[in-house]
Amino acid sequence: MGVGLNPFVIMIAAALTSNMILSNFLGMCSFIAISKDLKTANGLGLAVTFVLTFTTVLNHFVYYYILIPLGLEYLRFIVFIIVIAAFVQLLEMIINRFSPALYIGLGIFLPLITVNCAILGGVLFMIIRDYTALQGLLFGFGSGAGWWLAIVALAAIRGRLREKDIPPQLNGTGITLIIIGIMAMAFIGFSGMVPVR
Amino acid sequence: MITMVDKKNFLQNLWKNNPVLVQILGICSVLAVTNDLTNTTIMAISLVFVTGLSSLTVSLLRNRTPRNVRMIVQVLIIASYVVMVDTFLKAYLPDISRSLGPYVGLIITNCIIMGRAEAYAQSHNPVDSLLDGVSSGIGYGLVLLMIAFVRELLGFGSLFGFRLLPESSTSWTIMIMPPSAFFVMATIIWIARTPFKKKSERR
Repeated sequence: MGVGLNPFVIMIAAALTSNMILSNFLGMCSFIAISKDLKTANGLGLAVTFVLTFTTVLNHFVYYYILIPLGLEYLRFIVFIIVIAAFVQLLEMIINRFSPALYIGLGIFLPLITVNCAILGGVLFMIIRDYTALQGLLFGFGSGAGWWLAIVALAAIRGRLREKDIPPQLNGTGITLIIIGIMAMAFIGFSGMVPVR
Repeated sequence: MITMVDKKNFLQNLWKNNPVLVQILGICSVLAVTNDLTNTTIMAISLVFVTGLSSLTVSLLRNRTPRNVRMIVQVLIIASYVVMVDTFLKAYLPDISRSLGPYVGLIITNCIIMGRAEAYAQSHNPVDSLLDGVSSGIGYGLVLLMIAFVRELLGFGSLFGFRLLPESSTSWTIMIMPPSAFFVMATIIWIARTPFKKKSERR
């Protein structure tokens, strides 16, 4: 499916036309829970982009150089989630050791990322679409960047909504979902830009 | 074995304390498969299976799991059940397995399952936990089916692939596309919250 596509086209497509959250619905839980405040949203977006980029490549090598030669493809879900969890744990320790300031900013989000569907989703899409390592790298980065863009935009909009008069039953999650829906419609406008999904 | 409290908890998970509508958990993969009722039904059944059995297993192992590795143990238990579901679907329902794509695997990261394991199964006995998991799964599936019902009916004019609306009726293209899932779910949440709000105001 992804054979021969320019990796940069894949990256743009992942960020805009088939945005992780707005057209694939991945990473919804933290998307709604953490988008109340712009600064926190930004931190989480950065962390997701970073982890997604690296775990995609890491899992690419694990899948094609370890699991396939051993004939263990059926274990892939378990292995992928372990790789993601281990990477996040390692990252947490490294950041803590070398940059305490960044750790304070980013630290609380890292454990959340293990169970963020966007990460595992990115890895599974890469496997299903047969991306090469380079395509996978840029796909992971593009998906993360698209997620980051969407969460920051949503947090900014929600900040403006705080003083507005919303029907009480719709307040909170209801109105947030409607905003996400409208954002998703806006992103459909990008779909003519790149010819792949 | 099943006391009144269990029954109450079971029913509450279905509507009043519905994981999707009230607790806003696990909507990651809810929305992606909801433009087709057949896929949604398979997804909902898989989810009930995984939530129920992983809650049971977590509960059985709760006294043997060291506290600081419990998260990873829970993830592994869930992942094992998901592998079973995935293998089963690939063998018996290959078409549906293909159209669900990565979303079966994504059940692993569905917060609902981790949430129930952590909040309930970790501190309750196996039978209660199984019931709690199953009812959360059913509550989740119900919402999934409601969204799929609206989207397939308006988007394709059919239900489970059978054409219901006359050919002359216009299909709503938007219902097939992703944004509609958000709108339909927002509307369901709106409707679901309306009566509770009135009750709490009256008190």
